[in-house]
Amino acid sequence: MGEHNIRNFTINFGPQHPAAHGVLRLVLELDGEIVERVDPHIGLLHRGTEKLIEYKTYVQANPYFDRLDYVAPMNQEHAYCLAVEKLLGIAVPRRAQLIRVLFSEIGRLLSHLLNVTTQAMDVGALTPPLWGFEEREKLMIFYERISGSRMHANYFRPGGVNMDIQPELIDDIEAFCDPFLKVLDDLDTLVMGSRIFKQRNVDIGVLTLDDCWKWGFSGVIVRSCGVAWDLRKSQPYECYEEMEFDIPVGLNGDNYDRQVIRMEEMRQSVRIMRQCLDKLRAPDGQGPVNTLDGKIAPPSRKDMKRSMEALIHHFKLYTEGFHVPAGEVYAAVEAPKGEFGVYLVSDGTNKPYRCHVRAPGFAHLQGMDFMCRGHMLADVAGILGSIDIVFGEVDR
Amino acid sequence: MSAELQALSDHIASSLGGVIEDRAIAYDELTIIVRAEEIVRVVSFLRDDPQCRFVCFIDICGADYPAREKRFDVVYHFLAPHLNRRIRVKVQTDEVTPVPSLIGLFPAANWFERETYDMYGVLFSGHPDLRRLLTDYGFEGHPLRKDFPLTGYVEVRYDDGQGRVVYEPVKLNQEFRNFDFLSPWEGTDYVLPGDEKAKA
Repeated sequence: MGEHNIRNFTINFGPQHPAAHGVLRLVLELDGEIVERVDPHIGLLHRGTEKLIEYKTYVQANPYFDRLDYVAPMNQEHAYCLAVEKLLGIAVPRRAQLIRVLFSEIGRLLSHLLNVTTQAMDVGALTPPLWGFEEREKLMIFYERISGSRMHANYFRPGGVNMDIQPELIDDIEAFCDPFLKVLDDLDTLVMGSRIFKQRNVDIGVLTLDDCWKWGFSGVIVRSCGVAWDLRKSQPYECYEEMEFDIPVGLNGDNYDRQVIRMEEMRQSVRIMRQCLDKLRAPDGQGPVNTLDGKIAPPSRKDMKRSMEALIHHFKLYTEGFHVPAGEVYAAVEAPKGEFGVYLVSDGTNKPYRCHVRAPGFAHLQGMDFMCRGHMLADVAGILGSIDIVFGEVDR
Repeated sequence: MSAELQALSDHIASSLGGVIEDRAIAYDELTIIVRAEEIVRVVSFLRDDPQCRFVCFIDICGADYPAREKRFDVVYHFLAPHLNRRIRVKVQTDEVTPVPSLIGLFPAANWFERETYDMYGVLFSGHPDLRRLLTDYGFEGHPLRKDFPLTGYVEVRYDDGQGRVVYEPVKLNQEFRNFDFLSPWEGTDYVLPGDEKAKA
């Protein structure tokens, strides 16, 4: 066979492949089994969130954020609420901050559990996702008990949270913590310790710190390169400043490090959750869970029956909504997948003029081409799993 | 915090001189507005200067202000992890004037610029692959422009007879409803029905 007959092979990966973590179409150019080029075609889940938000009032826009990274919904709402609060210049009551931190950490568990265990699936073990989903189910019941919905919570609101947490729920979350740590230990032995899992992940998808910065990576991927960059510590928001927790960092910047970091972050999240629960029970953790400014937060049902002012506030808030002073802000949180930011422009009316969502997964997925070059075809699924992609936030 | 930002802002202004059209600190965030054709110079200064070190790429997005002559803003966000600071850089452009691409400085700019092009139709010069990113193959228009209707122009449906997905003009059973809840006494920018009689 002559030289001229040799050409690269182009294949489609997805959009329905189980390892594609959603609706991803990857066009792979292969030289034998070596990946030469990766062209991700995204947008199959594009719903025009940013456009829709421009047509909704500030409170109505909140639920759209649940539907971005639908694996950890409240973390997204958090960034949006922080942005609106920054523009409004209002303070969030302490109890609401504690509840927000508690549920942000539950969101982190939800996301990391899914990612670590499906990573095992991507490299060939089918059972671990079921263990992960068992724990996620318990956490989603906490979501349901606090907000009425298992996933699309719409619980964080500008100014605080929607409803107070019940003492029984505090007890039940506390009771969840210890057995969960046991599950994590099991996962550590069964998944992280697995020889096959190590063979498929160690030294695959290695990154350097310089690459991370210039590709816009954040979160676990940056930490896997050995730098303790975590917005919860470096640019603390809410009451993260008073929480005690450690930031796990990796040494090698490979797939395996990223999963080990996720395992350790889950332990740290449980640590934060415990502190939140204690503080929620303490006397200084009592009080309102939403701002007392009646122009921002709706009145209680009880007040509405008796107070004329409360009734007017309720009517105005649920028709017109509140007005936000003109300006522009960028607010970011350390979402489970990395830095989730909201760039919000207000023109002084009751609707956002522009709301841009800076999703960590978008930058990470863009790096697929760079990370996969020179790897084997089978590693594509492993790398894709380790950068933790959820299409809700990539496509928006 | 804001004294530090002010010092940084002054440092940038004195080093870059006339390139900067405006700078402001609001909500503890530093924003500088620069001339579009100088964006590459500005960003490479911000990245390499020892007092700036904005080495981490965060975001590029567009914004549309149809009333302006240069209707689009392109908004860049950067982060300096070593100094723990953020900066926002804005440039203005219109439908036909391209903005130089940042791809040479930050490879991450690739998709973010593609998205901005897709959503607003802002052109980037020097971008090797300025294709649409999020919208459908063969999509027409730029959906995040303020003059693009929320409901769009076409809808898709699977046609059993033809055995493929077909595109049709969008049909709404109910007109899109956009309620105006702005209080008339807080200053509307339009004439309320009946108000013209008061002036006459």
